[in-house]
Amino acid sequence: MAFEGLSERLQSTIQKIKGKGKVTEADVKQMMREVRLALIEADVNLKVVKDFVKRVSERAVGAEVMKSLTPGQQVIKIVKDELTELMGGEHSQIKFNPKPPTVIMMVGLQGAGKTTTSGKLANLLRKKYNRKPLLVAADVYRPAAIKQLETLGKQLAIPVFSLGTDVSPVKIAEEAIEHAKKEHYDVVIIDTAGRLHIDEELMDELKNIRAIKEPDEVFLVVDAMTGQDAVNVAQSFNEAIGITGVILTKLDGDTRGGAALSIRAVTEKPIKFVGMGEKMDALEPFHPERMASRILGM
Amino acid sequence: ARYRKVDEEFFEELEEILLQADVGFETVMELIDELRFEVQRRNIKETDGLYVVICEKLVEIYEKGEEGISELNLQPDGELTVILFVGVNGVGKTTTIGKLAHRLKKQGKTVMLAAGDTFRAGAIEQLQVWGDRVGCEVIKQAEGSDPAAVIYDAINAAKKRGADVLICDTAGRLQNKVNLMKELEKIHRVISREIPNAPHEVLLVLDATTGQNALIQAQTFKEATNVTGIVLTKLDGTAKGGIVLAIRNKLNIPVKFVGLGEKVDDLQPFDPERYVYGLFADSLDKQLDKAE
Ligand SMILES: Nc1nc2c(ncn2[C@@H]2O[C@H](COP(=O)(O)OP(=O)(O)OP(=O)(O)O)[C@@H](O)[C@H]2O)c(=O)[nH]1
Ligand SMILES: Nc1nc2c(ncn2[C@@H]2O[C@H](COP(=O)(O)OP(=O)(O)OP(=O)(O)O)[C@@H](O)[C@H]2O)c(=O)[nH]1
Ligand SMILES: [K+]
Ligand SMILES: [Mg+2]
Ligand SMILES: [Mg+2]
Repeated sequence: MAFEGLSERLQSTIQKIKGKGKVTEADVKQMMREVRLALIEADVNLKVVKDFVKRVSERAVGAEVMKSLTPGQQVIKIVKDELTELMGGEHSQIKFNPKPPTVIMMVGLQGAGKTTTSGKLANLLRKKYNRKPLLVAADVYRPAAIKQLETLGKQLAIPVFSLGTDVSPVKIAEEAIEHAKKEHYDVVIIDTAGRLHIDEELMDELKNIRAIKEPDEVFLVVDAMTGQDAVNVAQSFNEAIGITGVILTKLDGDTRGGAALSIRAVTEKPIKFVGMGEKMDALEPFHPERMASRILGM
Repeated sequence: ARYRKVDEEFFEELEEILLQADVGFETVMELIDELRFEVQRRNIKETDGLYVVICEKLVEIYEKGEEGISELNLQPDGELTVILFVGVNGVGKTTTIGKLAHRLKKQGKTVMLAAGDTFRAGAIEQLQVWGDRVGCEVIKQAEGSDPAAVIYDAINAAKKRGADVLICDTAGRLQNKVNLMKELEKIHRVISREIPNAPHEVLLVLDATTGQNALIQAQTFKEATNVTGIVLTKLDGTAKGGIVLAIRNKLNIPVKFVGLGEKVDDLQPFDPERYVYGLFADSLDKQLDKAE
């Protein structure tokens, strides 16, 4: 398939350049052509690719390479470093409210994995951070969305707050937070309905939920298979409601996941977790350097 | 209008539009080559009206001279048509089944649904809501039961009731999960054993926001279940789903429907012309703005 051929080509360019005692501008140019292609085929947004290639090219023909004893390796290192840096360097932790409950909102496009990830996150918070989470069913639109969350809650033995489908999501969130305070839950995870970033009415609904009590985290849940449109989606959600972080789902697939890079580049918000499967324990911290290798196919 | 020459810069712009629509590098290069050739052949010098030519050409490349490629393969009256839905997680299979059932019912068919996703939390209930909404019987078993058994049951129920169409839902699965793909092969085998030549359609649902991975999805699902058509969902967003051009180009699978929302009526037959114009709509708007 296309990806493998590409990865091989990138490898062979790297091989060629790796052992070189002297790297010319032409060498760099050739390599950056392959890198550009690798990034495009990995679904990194075209504009992000352009900026990236420009920046790396400038560094690669600069003094740090020319003076290096192993210039070829130096160029490759620059590519990977820059990519890792772009994706946020270090792993970023969840922000807890010193005055519980911590409120976490899950938002994103339809089918991205919000409901599933809500369950996983509740599970992780209980297991790893010893918290008492409450799941909130604030999707009143998708058929059986509440049932889906309730089923997950039951599997995990974590309570799910719901008021059915006849109450507005804003009201549900409001009452859920009150309920959490009374019952001493220390984290509230609000599962919202999937929506398009261009749907003003539904984006307003998110703003109204957000206005009840300043959430500590607003996670944009994004499908790792997303293509060029990832930047539009991330930018719109961020501008409309202000996200605090990103969770990338379905990374257990064989996608290169270049959307991660695009989203990070346009929002500058950290990618906090990745979904690695459908099971409730398949949520892992995000590792920028692993993602860099994956995107480049190295 | 502003006069503009058809030059390298123009083709570069075209290339970017197609790449940003997720068509994918290889297919974009091939398409640009053909468009270059077409421009030369027709001796076109200025960009005025060129987009029309480009769209015509893209449609021609897509259709490959085949007619009726978007139509569903429905069996004659009195015979059961079985349609199997497949695809990765969260693309819109269950929702599309609801919409398609509605569509077929409006054409006077008796439609039944099979709840073949016994895995995902709330999947059976979700299909049941759609069944109630459009007025179709849903054949189901408990969560966790064997999906092939559910579908076997459903075929027999549909035969007994003399239904026209049976639409089978399956759990979302990523194409690199070997066991889950084997499960799908088994479901396919069970259907073929009960009715020769069935399933009459295997529809792969693709989310228009998906990038290059959709090509691997199409290839792998085709190997496992002999996919006959694509439903491209979520085209009501801003993504273009251009990878379907690469899929048609490389794997010869046509798009049959597009999904344009979450309501029962938001499913339309695929119209290549409209789709191709949609690819360029934003850029044409921008050009017009500039020209003004
Ligand atoms: N393989 C895999 N599947 C996932 C992952 N996360 C979610 N899914 C699946 O993706 C599909 C959609 O997940 P949901 O949690 O329903 O997505 P959602 O964003 O809540 O969807 P809407 O509420 O309809 O907008 C389901 O089949 C999930 O099981 C993941 O990390 N890996
Ligand atoms: N905007 C929009 N949303 C859609 C469209 N089709 C489906 N959806 C939404 O996408 C989400 C996922 O749809 P499902 O039908 O559950 O997808 P699925 O492929 O059955 O998911 P799994 O069974 O979990 O793999 C739901 O929120 C649907 O309402 C569409 O054409 N446009
Ligand atoms: K998706
Ligand atoms: Mg949901
Ligand atoms: Mg489904």
